[in-house]
Amino acid sequence: MRSPKLKTAKIESLLSALPKCPTGIKGLDEITLGGLPRGRPTLVCGGAGCGKTLLGMEFLVRGASEFDEPGVCLSFEETGDELASNVASLGFDVATLLARKKLAIDHIYLERSLIEEAGEYDLEALFVRLGHAVDSIGAKRVLLDSIEALFAGLENESILRSELRRLFRWLKDRNLTAVVTGERGEGALTRYGLEEYISDCVILLDHRVSDGVLTRRLRIVKYRGSTHGTNEYPFLIEHDGISVLPVTSMDLRHATSDERVSTGVPALDAMLGGKGYFQGSSILVSGTAGTGKTSLAAECVEAACARGEKCIFFSFEESPNQIIRNMRSIGLDLERYVDKGLLHFQAARPTTFGLEMHLVKIYRIIKEINPSIVVVDPVTGLLHSGTASETRIMLLRLIDFLKEKQITAFMTTLTSGADAQEQTEVDISSLVDTWLLLRDIESGGERNRGLYVLKARGIAHSNQIRELLLTDHGAELRDVYLGEAGLLTGSARVTQEAKDESAALWARQEIERKQFLLARKRKAIDAQIAALQVELETEAQESRQLIAQEELKLKKWEQDRSEMAKSRSVKKGLQEGVGRSAKTRGGRK
Amino acid sequence: MTRPAGPPDNNEGQAPRTPVWDLRLYVAGQTAKSLQAFANLKRICEEHLAGEYRIEVIDLLKNPQLATGDQILALPTLVRRLPEPVRKIIGDLSNTERVLVGLDLRARTEKRVP
Repeated sequence: MRSPKLKTAKIESLLSALPKCPTGIKGLDEITLGGLPRGRPTLVCGGAGCGKTLLGMEFLVRGASEFDEPGVCLSFEETGDELASNVASLGFDVATLLARKKLAIDHIYLERSLIEEAGEYDLEALFVRLGHAVDSIGAKRVLLDSIEALFAGLENESILRSELRRLFRWLKDRNLTAVVTGERGEGALTRYGLEEYISDCVILLDHRVSDGVLTRRLRIVKYRGSTHGTNEYPFLIEHDGISVLPVTSMDLRHATSDERVSTGVPALDAMLGGKGYFQGSSILVSGTAGTGKTSLAAECVEAACARGEKCIFFSFEESPNQIIRNMRSIGLDLERYVDKGLLHFQAARPTTFGLEMHLVKIYRIIKEINPSIVVVDPVTGLLHSGTASETRIMLLRLIDFLKEKQITAFMTTLTSGADAQEQTEVDISSLVDTWLLLRDIESGGERNRGLYVLKARGIAHSNQIRELLLTDHGAELRDVYLGEAGLLTGSARVTQEAKDESAALWARQEIERKQFLLARKRKAIDAQIAALQVELETEAQESRQLIAQEELKLKKWEQDRSEMAKSRSVKKGLQEGVGRSAKTRGGRK
Repeated sequence: MTRPAGPPDNNEGQAPRTPVWDLRLYVAGQTAKSLQAFANLKRICEEHLAGEYRIEVIDLLKNPQLATGDQILALPTLVRRLPEPVRKIIGDLSNTERVLVGLDLRARTEKRVP
């Protein structure tokens, strides 16, 4: 009777064993499945400038402003004013929070050269100050930034270590959720081994410069008693705080739309089941240089603007004016949509910022404008801002973000001629829904553009290759020439078509000639037949005459015979007597 | 042993004439260490600064906000407020040599002698 009750109680206690304290930091609560362990200290370590203090401050500020949990910051490095101005750039109004007693900052300053150690001591004053600050505002959260400064300020490490142990115990006893920052040490998480004391949750921040571009990463090294995301997550320091990008923890639950939008090229719509793209899908156009990727993007944008939808064109290679001018040459007037405020160009050299900044900027503008289609031309441009895998993650994140918002993503990617055509440089092909491949078809001293739909999820798409023509009234698709001579495009196609035409003409003439000859032959033979028939007729006539004569002869002969027989039969008796006599005569013999 | 009884900010200076040495001893309650520190301080002052000093004892348990002003972290802490510059000596002041160095009553170089 009692055991099931006990069991449920046990499970409940297990579930409630680790209450969590939401940080309010975008993405971090997702990775930690709810936040930092409540009532316990969390170690945040990393090298100089990796954002430890910022993370801690955001934890406090968000706690104070969003979760009604006042916080105390014990700062060993910066004064309260410095801290406030540092985080003001991230939109944190520390001064107001201080005034409203939601936040308290105590700057602890230690200068070893000014301190003489003479005998036994403890750090009771630290406890007194912290306790006083916590009590004065009823704090629930504490930031110790960075407590390792004590190691530099005090000589007696053994006292320090025992006092630290006591401090973390003290924090736990008071049920304070604390963030403790620590400088990354060589071969260890922290320089002074703080991880020895704080074992509940350790978060490692890291920033790496690869190819001249900085990327920040966050990893949860351990989280006692809780599952958590174990990967390295890139994070950004945005205008409104830290944003961790938990790519792998994102679930695929986007709403999907059955609405179809035109590509702006009727023939391309026809290739895509007659209706075009799905709204909110992601489209990738890949191709070598000069195959008309940007033009296809511009067509798509133009079509959307014509429907009155908003578009953002992120260009990483051309300036807006250049695109407008170039597109005018194929009969697309994008400028009027810019003037109308429907089309927004956002051009930046890929190398201007790191990937994270690009992503941040893209996010910000998308949120601000809320477009229905976003063009990124080309995504390969972003490769210059980070490594391939980072770019891939960033694009994944971007695609997911756009899908979530039901925004159509139109991306172009440049494949170099040497690469396999069906492989994008950033390898995002598996992420996109529709993939149009543009390729050069070289023949007859010409390069022409071939287009085919490599894939289009959920669309009955054409399997045909088409020739893409950029005319002065837009992009057009033509059926390519497929004949004995193989696949022909451009003037070769035109030539071939002319050749075909003349061949057909020739054939038609040949047929006519043959038919004429046949008719003549028929006529000749008919004449022959007629002559022969005449001949036959004549011969038949003669034969008939001969037959008639013979028959007559035969008849006459018959007649003669019968007449003779008749005359004989008259003399029959005589004749018999004669015969008998003859016989007798013979018998007599 | 003299106990730092009575009000914590008791003026322990002996003579009414203006003290040259203005010393502050921060403690947190009457712990063994704080009592030891006060006794040690008193002895050293009597030996070296007789009649020229004033000791103010501040109990942080009673006035925790005072810890911030002098940047007190360790206890007990002795702060030499006058003569300037301000000096801090932490511990129970049992190491007389180092107290003297800390108060600039001994040359600083001696400190490094093992």
